[in-house]
Amino acid sequence: MSRPPSPRQAGLRRRRVLGAAAAAGLGLRLQAVQAVSAVPSLAEIERQWARGRPVTEGRVTLEVPPLVENGNTVPVRVRVDCTMTGTDRVLELALFNEKNPQREVLQLAFGPACPRAQADARIRLATSQQLVALARLADGSQWSHHVDVVVTLAACIET
Amino acid sequence: MADTPTRVRTLIHGTDALKRGVPAELRVTLAHPMENGLRHDGWGNVVPRNLATRFECRLDDALVIAADLYPAIATNPYLAFWVRADGPGTLHFEWWGDNGFHHRESRAVAPA
Repeated sequence: MSRPPSPRQAGLRRRRVLGAAAAAGLGLRLQAVQAVSAVPSLAEIERQWARGRPVTEGRVTLEVPPLVENGNTVPVRVRVDCTMTGTDRVLELALFNEKNPQREVLQLAFGPACPRAQADARIRLATSQQLVALARLADGSQWSHHVDVVVTLAACIET
Repeated sequence: MADTPTRVRTLIHGTDALKRGVPAELRVTLAHPMENGLRHDGWGNVVPRNLATRFECRLDDALVIAADLYPAIATNPYLAFWVRADGPGTLHFEWWGDNGFHHRESRAVAPA
């Protein structure tokens, strides 16, 4: 099994591959730019999620460390202040970010066997940014919590 | 060696300590690389996307939680959530992902 090339060799090879692709008219860089511009902003995706109905800051709490040492694994907890009975229950809980390659992080639906609207997960953050947790309740109300996170070591999105 | 299918590894905690009618936390981890399709290996090639995309937990037929997982979920996706069992039953844990990934596990529960 041959050793992988040194970072310099890998960089040279990558430039050659990208150059060849551009020459072939594929324009890999151009495709990447198009993909990035097609990703909505955080405000846009919040608007889409809200489906034209008001969202109030409150009742949902997104717990995330304000300073993150390692963006590859960030522990988060989302919870909603509700009894999970009758119409006072959470239908869906969504977590979005501001600056990762993609806005979505996690989307949760709670069923009848769930007594508490709370979940923990570990997520990746590419850079310091804002996160938002959005909750839709069975009584039609919608709630949010925005949190700013500083990331010391970013999650790797490309080497 | 190449013929034997890779066993899916999971960690499921919390199913033993359930008490009748008392909410309890379950913690599940799935061993999965969660490749977002944006990384490059040492040779400059893109490491292809390979994600676990959905998780569901059911107590018998009732849904406990359903989660849609995205590339921002860290490797070896971990989820902690709450369940209440009012009597004996079976907890089902199911994951779906890219490349036809599908894994299902069950735990019998007999809350004290």
